[in-house]
Formats: sequence, C-alpha cells, structure tokens
Amino acid sequence: MRIVLNGEETTLPRPMTVQELLEHLEIDPRLVAVECNRVVVRRATYAETPIPPDAEVEIVAFVGGG
Amino acid sequence: MNVAGLSDLHSAFDRTDRDAAERLRRSRVLLVGMGGLGSPVAMSLATAGVGTLVCVDFDRVDLSNLQRQVIFRDADIGRWKVDAARDRLRAMAPGVNVEIVREAMTVKNAEALVRSVDLVIDGADNFATRYLVNDACVLVGRPNVFGSVARFDGQVAVFAAPGGPCYRCLHPEPPPEGLIPNCAEGGVLGVLPGVVGALQAVEAVKLLTGMGEPLVGRLLLYDALRMRIRDIVLPRDPECPVCGEAPTITELAATGSFCAMPADEMTIEAAELDAWRRTGVPHTLIDVREPSEFAEGAIDGARLVPLPRAVTEVPRMVGEGPVVVYCRSGMRSARAAAMLRERGIDARSLAGGIEAWRRGGYAGSESA
Repeated sequence: MRIVLNGEETTLPRPMTVQELLEHLEIDPRLVAVECNRVVVRRATYAETPIPPDAEVEIVAFVGGG
Repeated sequence: MNVAGLSDLHSAFDRTDRDAAERLRRSRVLLVGMGGLGSPVAMSLATAGVGTLVCVDFDRVDLSNLQRQVIFRDADIGRWKVDAARDRLRAMAPGVNVEIVREAMTVKNAEALVRSVDLVIDGADNFATRYLVNDACVLVGRPNVFGSVARFDGQVAVFAAPGGPCYRCLHPEPPPEGLIPNCAEGGVLGVLPGVVGALQAVEAVKLLTGMGEPLVGRLLLYDALRMRIRDIVLPRDPECPVCGEAPTITELAATGSFCAMPADEMTIEAAELDAWRRTGVPHTLIDVREPSEFAEGAIDGARLVPLPRAVTEVPRMVGEGPVVVYCRSGMRSARAAAMLRERGIDARSLAGGIEAWRRGGYAGSESA
C-alpha cells in the first residue's frame, strides 16, 4: 500500500493501523506524535486507527534541546 | 523606473520601517533559556531594536557551552549566563533595555513573567520548562515562539497565538523521563541552534510588527544533515488538554521533571557525599557521563556507566547502601536517579555534579 511518509513516497507491505506502522518502523510510540492526513492521531487510538491508502503520514519526533 | 518613482518607493519603505521600528521599540520579549537558542535570538532582537528583553536563566557559563551559545565569550566562563548576556547585549545595542531573572522558570513565577511581556521565546533545554512555558502562554494569552534542537534536527512554531494550536496539540504530554537526551547529553551540531534561533527571531519580529504570515498552525522541521526544510500543518486540537474546548489544565502545574532541578530527596550534596566517603558510609558510586569525560578525570572509586546504559546495568552493580550517581553538572545524574528509583533502587544524584565536587575542593577528583 502506498502512503506518503514524512514527505516521501513509501510502500507498505500491507494495510496497517498507526500502531502497526510504528511497530513496522521500530519506533517507540511514546517518543513521537503521528499526524495522518493533517490530523494528529491520539496515542490511545493508534491500535484502532487504520492508515488509508495514499495517506499523508507525518511522524514527528520530540525535539527538546535548546 | 524614474527617479521620482524610486524616491516614492523608498519613502514608502521608510514609513513602514519607522512604524515597525516604533512597534519593536515599545515591545517586551521574554527569553526563556539563555543557551544555544536564547543566544542568537537575544542578539538578533536586540540589534533589530526590540525595546526590552527579559532574560531568564539560572545557570552559569561553562566551557562546553561556547561552541553553540554564541552570546558568550571565553572570559565569561563561570559567570551567570544572564549577567554575561546582559553585558554583551548592551555593548551590541546600547538602546536595549535588558532585564535579567537569575532563576529557573517555575510554577510560581511563570505566569507573572509571561504576563509582563508581549511575546515569549521558548529556548529551554528541557521538556518540563517547555510545557510550563506553553501552558503559561495559553493561560495568559501570549504568543510563544517555540524553537528546539537536537543533534541535526530543529523545530520551529508559533504556539498560543489567537486561533492557533499549542505545543500540547502536537504532543499532549511530555516524553517519558530520560528517553530523550538534551543538548548537553545527546549533543547538537554546534551551528544548528544559530539557524533555529534566527528563524525564531524572524517570527518574533513578524508577530511584534504585524508583518506577513506568522508560523501559526504549522510546524517547521529543519533537517540539517540532508538540508531539508518542511512545514507540516498543525491544526488546533479541540480536545487539547490546555487550549481545547474543555481543558483539563486550567492552572499551572509542574509537568515531568526539570532536569536541572531534581527533588531534594533524590539528591546528595557534595559535602554530605564527602562525609560518607570519609566515615565509611556504604554506597555505590556511579559516573553516568560519557567515557571521554570520565577519562578526563573522575571521583576516585567511581565506576563508569554512561546514562544510556545506566538503567540496565546499574541494578546489577548495587551493593550495600544507596547508589550515588553523578555527571558533570547534575542533570544527567538526576535523570539516572529518577529512572533507577522507578525501579526500586535507592539512588541519589550528586547535586551540581563533579563540578560542584571540584569547587568544594573535596579529595579524590584530580583531573587526569
């Protein structure tokens, strides 16, 4: 399935939920925010939020230094 | 274009500039953190003609700051950051009024500080302060020009502007303790804060003068390694805990831990540790700095376990008595102590780190 991930075209091996995408990418869900088609997805709903085909997904890491 | 037309163009610009300059001159800006971001922002805003800069920082200038905190000179090492910054800003721009606050942003002072200014620059180095600044800006109603850096990445946004989102619309809660290193621990490309700070200053000048389209409702992501800049749409979240329709945060409260302000019961003063060592109070002493820092000199008898490995390795090393962890200044060791205590280990962080130990002149810390 094709999505746009952080601005780059990406092909996923199968349709996924947000949680499955993070597991697929080996990203700790506590360390990022996920935006799917310009809506920030609540962490509590990652497991039941499917990523639609052609979705624009942004995974935004915590950056806190100054 | 004829000469008359050119003249009209110049006078139009002049008029705009005069109005903008007057607005800047009347403005008060709060800078939270006089570090890698606060340095370039303060210098840019001072030379741009902002009337008053209120600089907040509780730390002193350290040699390791100079590679990115460009407001300080070698001769400033050991001085309070706000004192050194004020002197430099006055030398650069004698017309600027610099107010200094030589303390940390806390639940107690945040609201009054934010209320006293037109705009806030978030250049903090820890998430607890960032959430405090965000919440105070939302509750008081002041725009927050957010900038952050880590390694090769930067982020910029304008939060808490009318109708726009806040930091909690993106990240409702801070990350778990100890998993995201700050600049002192995780490192940052030294020139990166200069870029991000300059972008913050641009947004501040736009907001103060009413020029252009501020970075509201968008988050700018700067990837220095690949030299890519993206901005993503960040709408306000109606369910945001602080700026949403039914907020659950209606007054300031501490969120997470302030990395430089560990709770008292989790720390041990250098004098007390020295007494333990002289009188044989059993404890396990762990240095959580990086191997290169350890090689330059450590407290005698300390065992090296860098912070990233501390949680997994220290529990296997615990002997009789508490664990005492230390680092350079007490920030990393406070995190280590917090993480170890979560795992049921009686861990204390040496307040002020090896720097305080050396300042106190206690035995057993000769530099290599």
